[in-house]
Amino acid sequence: MKSNTRDIGDIRIIELGGKITIGSGDVKIRELVSQAIDADKNNILFDLGGVTAIDSSGIGEMVACYTTVTKRGGQLKLMHLSPKINDILQVTQLITVFDVFDDEREALGSY
Amino acid sequence: MSTNTKLNASLVLASRFENIEVAERALVDLCQRAGCASDEEYWLVTALREAVANAVRHGNRQDPDRNVRVAYTIENSTVTIRVEDEGEGFNPEDIPDPTDPENLLRPSGRGIFYMRQFMNRVDFSPTPVGGTAVVMVKELASNDNDRP
Repeated sequence: MKSNTRDIGDIRIIELGGKITIGSGDVKIRELVSQAIDADKNNILFDLGGVTAIDSSGIGEMVACYTTVTKRGGQLKLMHLSPKINDILQVTQLITVFDVFDDEREALGSY
Repeated sequence: MSTNTKLNASLVLASRFENIEVAERALVDLCQRAGCASDEEYWLVTALREAVANAVRHGNRQDPDRNVRVAYTIENSTVTIRVEDEGEGFNPEDIPDPTDPENLLRPSGRGIFYMRQFMNRVDFSPTPVGGTAVVMVKELASNDNDRP
């Protein structure tokens, strides 16, 4: 899994690419969120535009990160979901948990 | 789907997460030889990855001395995938519904749910040596825009 991070104000955008799957991508996103929190960036936006596949471990890690960030008073949101990733969130009702955006400006303005 | 030929493949994998990629490549190869639509292949791979991950993590507890056996068959429009571990077995009825509101924020427990969403049939059974075998079946459509 590839990643790139950038900050806009107090929001950390984490751009993800490739597979978020068991044993590699899932661990990586946990590390990325941990680094953001350590840098006092409790508002996080995952850009999933480059993600080709995500399994239940990857989804579970995103949920765990959501819980961690929320408990610290921050917000974790998602943007640029592909139709297939959107389907995966829909079938597990997680689309009701995460705020999802197609547009970065709109996403940033929602915090 | 373009073939009436029966295509088969089988693998024996050590219980390492990296071997999920091996299982995926074998399925992709079979799907491409059978002329599966790209969307169908995607959801088949997704279900396969969940089954193999479960066998490695929960069935065999990542014990390198335990194997995961994967068998694929594509015949006419039917894809059958069997994944078998060498663990102690489990009861799939014990897995809580991940879509229940009280379970939505659980960090785990969605693998079998995804398998059932993306395949037409998912059946678990014990193996003679005490492990678990899961057989997943999908009837493929001819429409290239197939969604799960």
